[in-house]
Amino acid sequence: MNSLSDLQEGKSLQVIQLKPVSRLDLIKYAGASGDYNPIHTIDEEARKAGLPGIIAHGMWTMGNLAKLFTPYYHEGFVKDYSVRFIGKVFLNDVITLKATLKEKFDQQYRFDVAAVNQHDSEVVKGEVIFSKY
Amino acid sequence: MFEQHIGKCSNKVKNIVESGAVKKFAEAIGDPHPIFIDEETGKKSRYQRNIAPPTFPRVFDFGVIDGLNLPKKGLIHGEQVFHYVRPLIVGEEIFCWLKVEDYVEKTGKSGKMGFLVLKGFGEDPTGEIIFTSKQTIIITEAVRKEMIV
Repeated sequence: MNSLSDLQEGKSLQVIQLKPVSRLDLIKYAGASGDYNPIHTIDEEARKAGLPGIIAHGMWTMGNLAKLFTPYYHEGFVKDYSVRFIGKVFLNDVITLKATLKEKFDQQYRFDVAAVNQHDSEVVKGEVIFSKY
Repeated sequence: MFEQHIGKCSNKVKNIVESGAVKKFAEAIGDPHPIFIDEETGKKSRYQRNIAPPTFPRVFDFGVIDGLNLPKKGLIHGEQVFHYVRPLIVGEEIFCWLKVEDYVEKTGKSGKMGFLVLKGFGEDPTGEIIFTSKQTIIITEAVRKEMIV
């Protein structure tokens, strides 16, 4: 798929499967984003918060999910991006990123997007409106 | 518990879409695409500069809302929305602030939960809004209790 214009309604972008989530991934995101909430990096703090272990920043998953659209930067941009954080992402989870074109209208392409874990549960779910130039 | 803050805004803060910060952020979300980090690719593109990923405003300083003291721990990020007029361009100045849009409490199976909605704004030096964001923060019963003590 070289151009989004070739994509038909109901069709999906090529899915991306991430490498298993590592502690280093989350340490890097903490540093890059400035979000040092310790439930994302320190086991003891996660346990104190009632979690079985550290969890990924929701924004880490949301950030990853947007990369499905980066290859099309010359055709347009992500105009609207909204998600709900519906499941936790733990260490070693394998996350798959998905986007399906729901409709095209006035050069706006509306996609359903989701990040899904290895148990086929959605952890992040939402919508992207990609606006064509 | 936060109802009295609805409508309040933070002070506006100048942020720069700094190339090193964009590179680090793009790498941290596993998207080190040349349009974000390679100067030549940026020059040849529509904006003649590199751009930033859509979730990059996570990095920005949105100022402080007077009197709004959120707990440092235990908050749950429920929803996040970004709306753009155009992508953020590396090197530009963006002035950011926050507004308390809404606060409601609902009783669910794990007790009373608070839903705080913060709206973010980013404008260029001429005052044109480039992006808005909206985040919904869930404050659980356990965290609420700790705050009262």
